Amino acid sequence: MTAALYWRCLRAIIIREGLRFVHQRERFFAALVRPLVWLAIFAVGFRAVLGLSIIPPYETYILYEDYVTPGLVGMIQLFNGMQSSLSMVYDREMGSMKTLLVSPLPRWYLLVCKLLAGVLVSIAQVYVFFAIAWFWNVQPPELGYLTVLPALVLSGLMLGALGLLLSSFIRQLENFAGVMNFVIFPMFFASSALYPLWRIREGSPTLAWIAGVNPFTQAVELIRFALYLQFNATAFMAVSACLVLFLGGAILAYDPGRGFWARRGGPAEQG
Amino acid sequence: MACFETAPPDRRADPDDAAADPVLAVEGLSHRFGTRAVLDDVSFGVPAGRFTALLGLNGAGKTTLFSLITRIYNTRRGNIRVFGFDMRRHPAQALARIGVVFQQPTLDPDLTVLQNLRYHGGLHGLASADIEARAGEELARIGLAERADERVRTLSGGQRRRVEIARALLHRPSLLLLDEPTVGLDIELRRQVLDHVHALCRERGLAVLWATHLIDEVLDGDGVVVLHLGRVLAAGLVEEVRAATGSAALGQAFARLTGRGGPE
Repeated sequence: MTAALYWRCLRAIIIREGLRFVHQRERFFAALVRPLVWLAIFAVGFRAVLGLSIIPPYETYILYEDYVTPGLVGMIQLFNGMQSSLSMVYDREMGSMKTLLVSPLPRWYLLVCKLLAGVLVSIAQVYVFFAIAWFWNVQPPELGYLTVLPALVLSGLMLGALGLLLSSFIRQLENFAGVMNFVIFPMFFASSALYPLWRIREGSPTLAWIAGVNPFTQAVELIRFALYLQFNATAFMAVSACLVLFLGGAILAYDPGRGFWARRGGPAEQG
Repeated sequence: MACFETAPPDRRADPDDAAADPVLAVEGLSHRFGTRAVLDDVSFGVPAGRFTALLGLNGAGKTTLFSLITRIYNTRRGNIRVFGFDMRRHPAQALARIGVVFQQPTLDPDLTVLQNLRYHGGLHGLASADIEARAGEELARIGLAERADERVRTLSGGQRRRVEIARALLHRPSLLLLDEPTVGLDIELRRQVLDHVHALCRERGLAVLWATHLIDEVLDGDGVVVLHLGRVLAAGLVEEVRAATGSAALGQAFARLTGRGGPE
């Protein structure tokens, strides 16, 4: 019976996030157009500039479009994670987060539900992107579409948990632009999403090192290998460890007795 | 709801005592943000079937008190018990018995009325069939049954407030909390919402705690808790508070208690 309560709560949160996503058409198109612009414009221009050697998991020469696709999938999930972070801050400012928090279910569980709902939304976007990329001649092995799914779940959870954690630090909606500048862009550009690590190393060993320890690189590599039917154990462990770290931090930050909620209190809380 | 329906541990079984045992009991509650004390040794009770107004000016600590009762953050000093369940030791059982209407509107304007209610029901672990049945009942009571499938955005301010009250009742709470629920409503709508909640109190034996800074929202026969600068200055029936301060009207009583001009 208790399991039923938990399941109903999860289902309600997933349905709500799904409905909200569908209703926000602009968000849906923005989420889809962004990686397509990269694929259709950036990748074409970049193809001539960047020569790629054969590196795992690829067994043959590949076009730049093939290389960049897992990176763009990662980008979809990264933006989604930040989007849920934004909506957490927004809900908190608007007061609607309180309706979530007065649920009798434990708060850590409510956060995990939010996280799962966000991951499902991101995975739906990823598969739509895969479908369009297929017509763009980015055609990984068919079985890859299946084997990439667990990787997408794990990387989506990790990036979503990062978003949750960040949302606990952001006091006001206006500060969100800072997150874009200081989190999304550095994470995306200092990673293996756009260029392989060995290429970065030629330019700057320091940057290559940073890219190596960047959780986003690990997420992209996990996705890249899984899409080509291979398992990248290092990436798997790195992404899992980051998930535990970020989610643990977020749960602490949202705990009613600690962190953000307990410290809070300004003029707005004085009514 | 099985797991939330265990017997209240601290509540006396003797029905004669039940009347004396309030649905909401706040005892010795203090809270501070940093060095600033917001609530200082607050104690009062809200019995079943009584509309109790939490009367105080802006800054009195009403919202902080509500945040503690709803466990938005934890109680550090003092106790809050709902239907005998201590908020710290049995938060799930306590929260399951509370319905809340927050000061800010919290319905999702892009979702339909029914979708909003389903979301809330799910958060409380209600089964779909129960949600549908109860949502139908509650919406019919507030005359909005035929608008169930319309987006909340299309409703007026007064209708949204009534939907929020309906939503708060979906999981059949024993205690209904409303934090300045008439903010932004005109006089006519204020009266309607106030009457609606009084009726709920009478008909269902709900314990209601209604935070306000508006004296004219407190009627004879209601309970009142006067909160000023984080302290309870008086608590009891309106008549009792008036008598204790030798005042003809509650506004006068409030002014005498706080030593300043009364609220509006």
